[in-house]
Amino acid sequence: MVFDHRNFSFPDRGLTLLTGPSGVGKTTLLRAFLKKYPDSAFLFQEDRLFSRRTVRQHLLDVMDKPDSAAAAEWLDLVELAGEENSYPAQLSGGMARRLALARCLALGGPRYLLDEPFTGVDEPLQKRILARLKAMEKPVVFSTHNQGLCQYADCIITL
Amino acid sequence: MKKVALPLLVWVGLWWGLAVYMGQPLLLPTPWQVMERLGTLAATGTFWATCLATLGRVFLGGGAGIVLGVALAALCARFDWCAAIFAPAVKVIRATPVASFIILVWLWTGAVWVPVVIAALMAVPIAWSAAWQGMGEVDPQLVELAAVYRFSKGKTLKLVYLPAMANALAGGVRSALGFAWKAGVAAEALCRPQAAMGTAIWNAKTYLETPDLFAWTAAVVLLSVAVEKLLWGLWTLWEGRVQSGAS
Repeated sequence: MVFDHRNFSFPDRGLTLLTGPSGVGKTTLLRAFLKKYPDSAFLFQEDRLFSRRTVRQHLLDVMDKPDSAAAAEWLDLVELAGEENSYPAQLSGGMARRLALARCLALGGPRYLLDEPFTGVDEPLQKRILARLKAMEKPVVFSTHNQGLCQYADCIITL
Repeated sequence: MKKVALPLLVWVGLWWGLAVYMGQPLLLPTPWQVMERLGTLAATGTFWATCLATLGRVFLGGGAGIVLGVALAALCARFDWCAAIFAPAVKVIRATPVASFIILVWLWTGAVWVPVVIAALMAVPIAWSAAWQGMGEVDPQLVELAAVYRFSKGKTLKLVYLPAMANALAGGVRSALGFAWKAGVAAEALCRPQAAMGTAIWNAKTYLETPDLFAWTAAVVLLSVAVEKLLWGLWTLWEGRVQSGAS
């Protein structure tokens, strides 16, 4: 109901940053986007990993045609190379978050909707990953509390 | 080892002492007499054919019951009307004395099929409960993820449902087969089909061959333990493979 009278759309290219205080409706807005564009790749606010699957299996599981080389590239992007055979329980909070992000990226789709993709990830690494996401030239909408990332965004939505 | 050896020694010793004290092998043979008889029986092909026939009946019935129980639980979880119809029926099956089922099924089918049907009937409610409990363990967040990530039904089952349900299902299968085994042999003893351990127990009782009765009973117990160990071993092997990422 919060967005009943707002006709939201987002840019069809570049990085769109969604920010605002906790509870303002960032997740609700992202989910509304997902409802509007169900072919998007969506990163949930929680990691939602499979405890019995390895890091590599997480990526292969979501691909239409499992491709180990592509999986390795996504792991490189989030700097998880070398952890291919680890299980979620063996990862730190930030690593688990990056695995969830890599899985979402491996899922693919015309656009990415990322809900708090950098929880537990240190700031320099956030910036490196963001630069790589930007280089992909696919529309990415992500929510964050980190105002320091604004300089990387092509568009900023403040709620 | 101590966990097995000590109680075994105590109970077999007690049995031996009581048998020697009574001095009536017709009522209570000594463990040695039973072992001797079991050894004689095990040397014959008929004994093993009888064991295999009983195992076949129980596994056929128990396996079918487990599949049916899990399928029913899945249907009940998916459709409310299904739960409304089948949940009370499963409770009735669980509460009905097995002897009533044996006699009823005996009226409807030949003696050969009674142990199969009874084993299935015993397995259905146990498998149903285990699957139902297992489905309660499924993480709704992963179910949502599977839908949003467009997983196929098979992939969702493999990655979301089965891992969450595995432990409950393994316990359920173990209990279901245990009950199916006991009820199946009891049904054989009442209906006396050809080549059946239950029939052999009944015959031993009829001809007052008490060492035979004990020997066949021991065979039933030993086979039950062996099958359970085998299944549990296979399960832990599979679990180990999954945990080590070799799946």
